Amino acid sequence: MLPSLDELKTALEQQLPGVSLTVDGSVLVVASKDLTAVCRYLKDSDRFRFDYLANLTAVDYPPDPAGGGAGRMDVVYHLYSMEKRHGPLTLRVQLTRLRPVVASVTPLWRGAEFQEREVYDLFGVTFDGHPDLRRILMWEGFQGHPMRKDYVPENQNLAD
Amino acid sequence: MDPVASTARTAPTELLEINLGPQHPSTHGVFRMMVTLDGETIVKLKPVFGYLHRNHEQIGEGSTYIASFPFTDRLDYFNAMSNNFGLALAIEKLGGVAASERGEFLRVIMVELTRLVNHVAVTGFLLNDMGAFGTPLLYAFREREKILDLFEACSGSRMMCNYVRPGGVREDVPEEWLAGARAIVDDFPRFLDEFEKLLTENEIIQQRTKQVGILPKTLAINASVTGPMLRASGVNYDIRKVDGYSIYPRFQFKVPLGTVGDVYDRYYVRILEMRESVKILQQALKGVPGGPAISPKGLALVKAPRTFRPPKGEAYGRIEAPKGELGFYLVSDGTPQPYRYHIRAPSFVNLTILEDMCLGQKVADAVIILGSVDIVLGEVDR
Repeated sequence: MLPSLDELKTALEQQLPGVSLTVDGSVLVVASKDLTAVCRYLKDSDRFRFDYLANLTAVDYPPDPAGGGAGRMDVVYHLYSMEKRHGPLTLRVQLTRLRPVVASVTPLWRGAEFQEREVYDLFGVTFDGHPDLRRILMWEGFQGHPMRKDYVPENQNLAD
Repeated sequence: MDPVASTARTAPTELLEINLGPQHPSTHGVFRMMVTLDGETIVKLKPVFGYLHRNHEQIGEGSTYIASFPFTDRLDYFNAMSNNFGLALAIEKLGGVAASERGEFLRVIMVELTRLVNHVAVTGFLLNDMGAFGTPLLYAFREREKILDLFEACSGSRMMCNYVRPGGVREDVPEEWLAGARAIVDDFPRFLDEFEKLLTENEIIQQRTKQVGILPKTLAINASVTGPMLRASGVNYDIRKVDGYSIYPRFQFKVPLGTVGDVYDRYYVRILEMRESVKILQQALKGVPGGPAISPKGLALVKAPRTFRPPKGEAYGRIEAPKGELGFYLVSDGTPQPYRYHIRAPSFVNLTILEDMCLGQKVADAVIILGSVDIVLGEVDR
């Protein structure tokens, strides 16, 4: 069985010096600089063996129009273990919304390849180290990222 | 030219880049493969899609939780029932809604019937791709149509069922429906025997599919492949068993596994899965209890969608859909609309390793490898 998130956080911080994690409800928040180290440990350690990346997506938090601030862009990972049959473990990486960049996990899990391309396409997050980062659902040359909360769809009733 | 210099071995060759699709019957929709060929051998393959993209997720974030159900029908349009079920489970998890006992039984029956529909259709199409043109597909569609009649009787629509809801199902099934379903399910193994007699040991099928498009076990896990494709590669991972969601732990069934992970295994695992689904259906149809088809909380939610404000938080609900893991990721900010609504579509993720399976194979094999992945573009493009 999977330990509680607090135990998991303590175990990870012991194993990986310099890494600090935060537990937020049912989610483990990872700093973007630590993502690769944390994921590699979760995947390879005998205790956890998270060999299966089920889902990868992003959530956009635009700046509050009243309070200001820069807003944030979260990338969310859902990990399971096929070998140990436990999960899910939800990881979140919080990025700045202006230029969101995070390390790609495709070198660890091939299953991230298309899902990272989708997040790049629809949210505009750049994944460092991705082998083939191109738009996947929208066409080449499309401007903007349609899943961002402040995206304004074009008016299709106008003839032009 | 010197005739000796231009034999097949020494003649200079060039790589040829061609497009398979998007308007091509073997691509199962508007799907394109940019293939680089050396003679007939594939040296590079890049899938291109998005032609059906309508930003389903953005539509979902602009409507109530319940209003997304008709849209989920159009994701994997062969399996409306299981798409509904996936979303219903995620909403139940997010909002703490329990399902009624009768509702649970009806949902499992619908989803397993859907699995039969999907697997007969995909094996039929796969044989079509192999050149067994028409006949096996029509045998398969004859059986599919019987089940679609059942869906029409309970939901009013053959394919766009929009039937499963959080807490149960939208309407109870009509009288006599269960008896009709029992008759069709009991008759189904006869069809499978006939289908197998014609196909499983067929020499042409064995020649075409064995050792073609092999997907090794470790790569399958690493590439997040799920569903019959994963199990054909020999990985024992069925979410019905692993998560034990809904009432699946009450039923006896096996998880069929392949050994090689080639196209033949993927075909045969699906045939065996249909036999297991028949077992689940027979057990479920025997035990359907009385009572309401939807729990009071679910009914309140369906009747007044705007009153449903799940607490702030998030939920990831997943089911074993016929094509693999279908996941719904919902983030609530306490309003009647989801703040984030994401679909983890099995066909989309399973396409990741299409190139790996096709490299070194002949171009004619790419068609059946794609057929054995079992994609529906409504779900890939969303």
